[in-house]
Amino acid sequence: MSAVVTGIGVTSPNGLGTEAYWAATCRGESGIGEVRRFDASRYPARLAGEVPGFVPEEHVPSRLLPQTDHMTRLALTAADWALADAGFAPGDVPAYAAGVVTASSAGGFEFGQRELRNLWSKGGRYVSAYQSFAWFYAVNTGQTSIRHGLKGPSGVVVSDGAGGLDAIAQARRQLRNGSRLILSGGVDGSICPWGWVAQMAGGGLSTGADPATAYLPFDARAAGYVPGEGGAILVVEEAESARARGARHVYGEIAGYAATFDPQQGTGREPGLRRAIELALKDAGAAPDEVDVVFADAAGIPELDGVEAGAIRAVFGPGGVPVTAPKTMTGRLYAGAGSLDVAAALLAIRDGRIPPTVNVVPEPAYGLDLVVGGPREAAVRTALVVARGHGGFNSALVVRAAA
Amino acid sequence: MTRRVAITGVGVLAPGGIGVKEFWGLLSEGRTATRLITFFDPSPFRSRVAAEIDFYPEMHGLTPQQVRRMDRAAQLAVVATGEAMADSGMEFAGLDPARLGVTIGTAVGATTGLEEEYRVVSDDGRLHLVDHRYTAPHLYGYLVPSSFAAEVAWRAGAEGPVSVVSTGCTSGLDAVGYAAGLIREGSADVMIAGAADAPISPITLACFDAIKATTPRNDDPGHASRPFDASRNGFVLGEGSAVFVLEELEAARRRGANVYAEIAGFATRCNAFHMTGLRPDGAEMAEAIRVALAEARTNAEDVDYVNAHGSGTKQNDRHETAAFKRSLGAHAYRTPVSSIKSMIGHSLGAIGSLEIAASVLAIRNDVVPPTANLHTPDPECDLDYVPLTAREWRTDTVLTVGSGFGGFQSAMVLRDPDVAA
Repeated sequence: MSAVVTGIGVTSPNGLGTEAYWAATCRGESGIGEVRRFDASRYPARLAGEVPGFVPEEHVPSRLLPQTDHMTRLALTAADWALADAGFAPGDVPAYAAGVVTASSAGGFEFGQRELRNLWSKGGRYVSAYQSFAWFYAVNTGQTSIRHGLKGPSGVVVSDGAGGLDAIAQARRQLRNGSRLILSGGVDGSICPWGWVAQMAGGGLSTGADPATAYLPFDARAAGYVPGEGGAILVVEEAESARARGARHVYGEIAGYAATFDPQQGTGREPGLRRAIELALKDAGAAPDEVDVVFADAAGIPELDGVEAGAIRAVFGPGGVPVTAPKTMTGRLYAGAGSLDVAAALLAIRDGRIPPTVNVVPEPAYGLDLVVGGPREAAVRTALVVARGHGGFNSALVVRAAA
Repeated sequence: MTRRVAITGVGVLAPGGIGVKEFWGLLSEGRTATRLITFFDPSPFRSRVAAEIDFYPEMHGLTPQQVRRMDRAAQLAVVATGEAMADSGMEFAGLDPARLGVTIGTAVGATTGLEEEYRVVSDDGRLHLVDHRYTAPHLYGYLVPSSFAAEVAWRAGAEGPVSVVSTGCTSGLDAVGYAAGLIREGSADVMIAGAADAPISPITLACFDAIKATTPRNDDPGHASRPFDASRNGFVLGEGSAVFVLEELEAARRRGANVYAEIAGFATRCNAFHMTGLRPDGAEMAEAIRVALAEARTNAEDVDYVNAHGSGTKQNDRHETAAFKRSLGAHAYRTPVSSIKSMIGHSLGAIGSLEIAASVLAIRNDVVPPTANLHTPDPECDLDYVPLTAREWRTDTVLTVGSGFGGFQSAMVLRDPDVAA
């Protein structure tokens, strides 16, 4: 059994649509700017990566507009595009053999803020009939399943920023259990005042005012991250089934995966990230020297950057592998981050081009071969994607060119 | 050789029953724990009944800092985890932490804590641009409920795969199914798995009022949850947590563990129909049941007891009855079916795990818990729902099911591993 990716849908702060995203990413164009979804001028953090030019009416049926949060509209759009890219038509596989597994971090928070306000400022009868599901974590999976008639094994994982990879791994598990196609990934976003102060409470948001210097992972100036919205949805298919239905293209294979959790603080033991990377490589049957690029989690917080650089050095040796963080152009997308990086890794395999990390002056002490100053042309056959979540979640996923 | 998965530890915090013994006492005696809401003034709401837990976290060993930083649902999960660990008799200190994982289900995460904090930063909805200077430092952990799994992992010392599964009202089944899958595939040897929700808050009441999903039977709160009864008119909101220790069956036997049940089969399907509505034919739930039975290599005739979703809404109980007939055939009429939601309400994502707990205790005790408050049969619900009184019944194989918003339909087969399949 091999799990391959046959379709990609992207809604990213630096590009709406897969090719727009990829072209911008390879050019080093950032989508980070001042928050526009609300007036953030009173808050210490004022920058975000917002998806540009997204007009919901152009992408989402009008009857779904009253019942969907912004992030669900982005997810439905990415899912539509992923299926179209895969050339998938309903009936290509039995309905029970096709499912949806997404990752979520905060649910539909903007919708939730509006309804909380209705409740507390006006009263219970002003709360939307859609509140019971529009904000909850399962909404993107449910709405996507309904929209495309996918009745197979479905699910939702929540592991903060690691979730996007965990969802794709669960998709692979479902294929191993006999499903043939799983729509998977993460699309997230809670750029509303209520979501904003909750994110600030995590302590990691950058208070920088200049989009060019606010989020600088692996840089001596690193002082936090910029959050973003969006993500990627992928069509993950059993390889034989994809071939049998005549899939238009195969971007690559989900070859390996592992997840670990950090030891509790205060034990003094090594964090779990290195072990996640080693287990994912082992699962893929790949030696470290076969890995052509690492898409880093790139926390932008010195302590966490240090842990990640240490894990990469321990596995690959100092400067032993090209490392990049295209999320320096999007901000950190929470559950959307992992799947967007998997999309970027697959596109890097397709084009033989590693996208750059922008704005960063690499801190030499980290000992990383960071891809800066423009994209790097390189044959990419195997890529490692790393994602972490608040509290100690570590996930690593290996993608490989299709055989 | 396929790895099989055993449940060897159970921890429960349910309305009317903190601890496995008290929980089983309530269920086997057919008592109900539904009442008028006491947590806040429910008078503005259409439905004012709920199944609340009288829970004092400090009495269960949580420190003041744990209490401060955790939402009530996370507190319930951590306490249930401690109970399950103790019940398992396992030496956790001797485990390789890398081989110990956590999967916690929740439908609505920290919704209660989020609402409390929202009221502060928005000054009861006066401010759209909420005031960050009033933000609690633990608010990020409410925003992203993976914090629940992190808290449980810290409690158990887990460093393997850790995550939250959040599929609405099937979360409690799906989380345990997910964890069993990790043991089966070899990603972990021991998993702490279960679910928690504590959704009894004004915003939850308001959103279920808006779609009339909860019962307005406020004049008879002790008998408000009436699954399968002709007079049923909505579910009763509940809260709670059940957490299990799962381990590979052969390893459990080697250490002489007390094995409650084997997780023999699990499947989930989507109806791809409506976020809250159900097609009356129950086809997708029936498909989940068929696949779970096939995975367990169990015939429909071998199901000794069906632990129903039985929420007490008009459409659910019809949908589910149709699904049982469609998947179990004539045996649907012969096997006892019951809903413990009649006694402990519907705790959203937690209930699936509480129902697993009830199922393994039915296997342990050879007793089927009843459906309380079932006095007037609904002609459209014509199975044996074990009305009012528990039944002594040889119970080796249990089917437990869940159904929820988003269209999720899940089924799990639990079996006494000492009985040949």
